[in-house]
Amino acid sequence: MVIDVRNVSKSYGDFKVLSDCNLSVNSGEVVVVCGPSGSGKSTLIKCLNGLEAVHDGFISIAGFNLTDQHADLPSVRRTVGMVFQNFELFPHLSVLRNITIAQEKVMRRTREEATDKALALLERVGLTTQKDKYPSQLSGGQQQRIAIARALAMDPQVMLFDEPTSALDPEMIGEVLDVMVELARAGMTMVCVTHEMGFAKSVADRIVFMDKGEIVDDVAKNDFFGGNASSRAQTFLRKVISH
Amino acid sequence: MWSWEGFFSYLSNEYIFQGAVTTIWLTIAAILLGLLLGLIIALLRMSNVRAFSTFAAVYIWLFRGTPLLVQLIVLYTGLPQMGIRLTVIQAALIGLTLNEAAYLSEIIRAGISAVPVGQQNAARALGFRNYQVMLYVVLPQAFRIIIPPLGNSINSLLKMTSVTSVISMEELLRRTQILIQEKFMVLELFAVAAIYYLALTTLWDFAQRRIEARVSRGHKTNVSLAEQG
Ligand SMILES: Nc1ncnc2c1ncn2[C@@H]1O[C@H](COP(=O)(O)OP(=O)(O)O)[C@@H](O)[C@H]1O
Ligand SMILES: [Mg+2]
Repeated sequence: MVIDVRNVSKSYGDFKVLSDCNLSVNSGEVVVVCGPSGSGKSTLIKCLNGLEAVHDGFISIAGFNLTDQHADLPSVRRTVGMVFQNFELFPHLSVLRNITIAQEKVMRRTREEATDKALALLERVGLTTQKDKYPSQLSGGQQQRIAIARALAMDPQVMLFDEPTSALDPEMIGEVLDVMVELARAGMTMVCVTHEMGFAKSVADRIVFMDKGEIVDDVAKNDFFGGNASSRAQTFLRKVISH
Repeated sequence: MWSWEGFFSYLSNEYIFQGAVTTIWLTIAAILLGLLLGLIIALLRMSNVRAFSTFAAVYIWLFRGTPLLVQLIVLYTGLPQMGIRLTVIQAALIGLTLNEAAYLSEIIRAGISAVPVGQQNAARALGFRNYQVMLYVVLPQAFRIIIPPLGNSINSLLKMTSVTSVISMEELLRRTQILIQEKFMVLELFAVAAIYYLALTTLWDFAQRRIEARVSRGHKTNVSLAEQG
């Protein structure tokens, strides 16, 4: 099991962002997380690499016990890739440097090793020619593909995506989803918060539906789309699809 | 009577010129040391440890709330009472640095706060340790943001170094005053000093504009990106 979340809760004051969440993800599985805005999806995914602390429960990921007081979070995070809604490329660094800096400073690879790896990944996401540009010179879709390459450069055991296409213009969503589909097919373990149901239908193994901080559904893709989801999820699905 | 001859001879006077050189190195040393100390104060100020942030707040309050003149006099003539004897140069440099650090720490803190929090999350998610997040991601972006206010600070500091003349630091103003006492050419000598200060601040303004243009080239700030979400 790559990810194991047990009875996790988290509150901001009186407000329960996560209540008693359970989730397990096996190696090579692709899990899509969906749910209304404010349901706690981002919070859950940030708890998975310790960007948010949980108040109650147990999380292990890639062999690390995150809820252990003495867990060395930087060591955990280097084996867990994360892709953000707003890309969060480093604007003061070139595309190439964005992909090499953590390899050098965190993984202690040499400049040559890091550059070779970065160039191979740029090839994979189809952006070799952009390597010397700065993030602000690229389109949103290109930036997000670079952000995926940056995360992959650390050879992660699992990739987390938090609405990777919601900040994109519609015509750029496809190019990012293509990269994610290819990644899923290559066997990467993935947890993706997304409302792209086409993506979910084509590569997800399971769908998790969240509402008000709870995991309401955690079912196989065919069950979810075949009418075996909770009524809350079905209402939500109708809204997303009619959108 | 105004003497053009006197004015021009002091304009190229070696003694005054060396005073201006002292003003320049004093400014450079104080800004570099002030940046270093200011960064430390800014980080303490933003620390979650209450004692650290309180200490920094008190420091800033103290050094921004009292005149530099008083700080210098305390350092130079007050500390010997406690058995600490500083040379003129030490007192001048320490005084300017402590004072400058208080102002710069607030500028640095504003710069750091202006870097979107998502940048820190992205750096952490890659496995960077806290100091690496600061060093490789936050500070380079904060630095770009603080260049304009930092430049203005350097301009003020160039002129503020003249305050150290009260503890007899032989910078531009002090040397001008010494010559005035010998030669009684008050207006001519002050005019020469004013021209030196104007030349220095004008040169710096020019340099600052070049630096700003260079640093902003090729980069837009990431504010527009942060707003897309
Ligand atoms: N730092 C915070 N303080 C207080 N409330 C927060 C904070 N972060 C998130 N929330 C709240 O927690 C809820 C869940 O947020 P989030 O996980 O971002 O939801 P989602 O990603 O599903 O839209 C939201 O109602 C949000 O307002
Ligand atoms: Mg969210």
